[in-house]
Amino acid sequence: MKISEIKSILEADLICGEEFIENEVFTACGSDMMSDVLAYVKEQAVLLSGLVNPQVVRTAEMMDMKCIVFVRGKQPDEDIVELAKEREIVLLRTKFEMFTSCGLLYKNGLKGGCGV
Amino acid sequence: MEPLVLHYDVSGTDFTCAGEASGKIKKTLKELGFPASLIRNVAIAVYEGEINLVIHGGGGVIDAEITPECISIVLTDQGPGIPDIALAMQEGYSTAPDNVRQLGFGAGMGLPNIKKYTDEMIIESEVGKGTTIRLKVFVK
Repeated sequence: MKISEIKSILEADLICGEEFIENEVFTACGSDMMSDVLAYVKEQAVLLSGLVNPQVVRTAEMMDMKCIVFVRGKQPDEDIVELAKEREIVLLRTKFEMFTSCGLLYKNGLKGGCGV
Repeated sequence: MEPLVLHYDVSGTDFTCAGEASGKIKKTLKELGFPASLIRNVAIAVYEGEINLVIHGGGGVIDAEITPECISIVLTDQGPGIPDIALAMQEGYSTAPDNVRQLGFGAGMGLPNIKKYTDEMIIESEVGKGTTIRLKVFVK
């Protein structure tokens, strides 16, 4: 699935990373707990989170993730956006809640894979 | 070949900067052409360690030594120390305060996760004096 399709399925706003929006991603995970993302996530390229702080971007950076979707309409501040730009990570924002966002993407073919 | 030596100071008060040193180490390893999976393992382990320096250690230092065969990392703080290392190594055991959990950390996964992503992990800790964690990831 292209990141641009994620944007359209989730009716999301693009916050930054327009140049990478046609990149292809295959898996995603959803979590507000960065500890769990670092512990259990393996090859996921998209992180859905309702948590808004720089550590969400840093976690994605360490995990080689390509895109972060902020759910529940959460808006990251300028510092967070700047951090994502430097790391070439696409930021999206959707008004949908976590469960709905994950469900919509899963239904449209994006796979999970979180697990021990 | 001389090893590449890196040194970073980690602030104990600025949580927003936590991860800065790990990001730099990751970038260096990438520039040196190490395999992506190895880089990710090192990055996750150092990042968890760096978060611990901020949350528990009151800040500290990270030293890295890079050779073609091995990535060695030493994280040192002068924090309160770990009274029971075996307990701290248990998944889910955490002494992190609520404000840290609100930031997405403190699930008690940090130390077990560092062990999972490294080939060697040695913790030296003395209550009231501080903690040193030595990590090694071998290039296979």
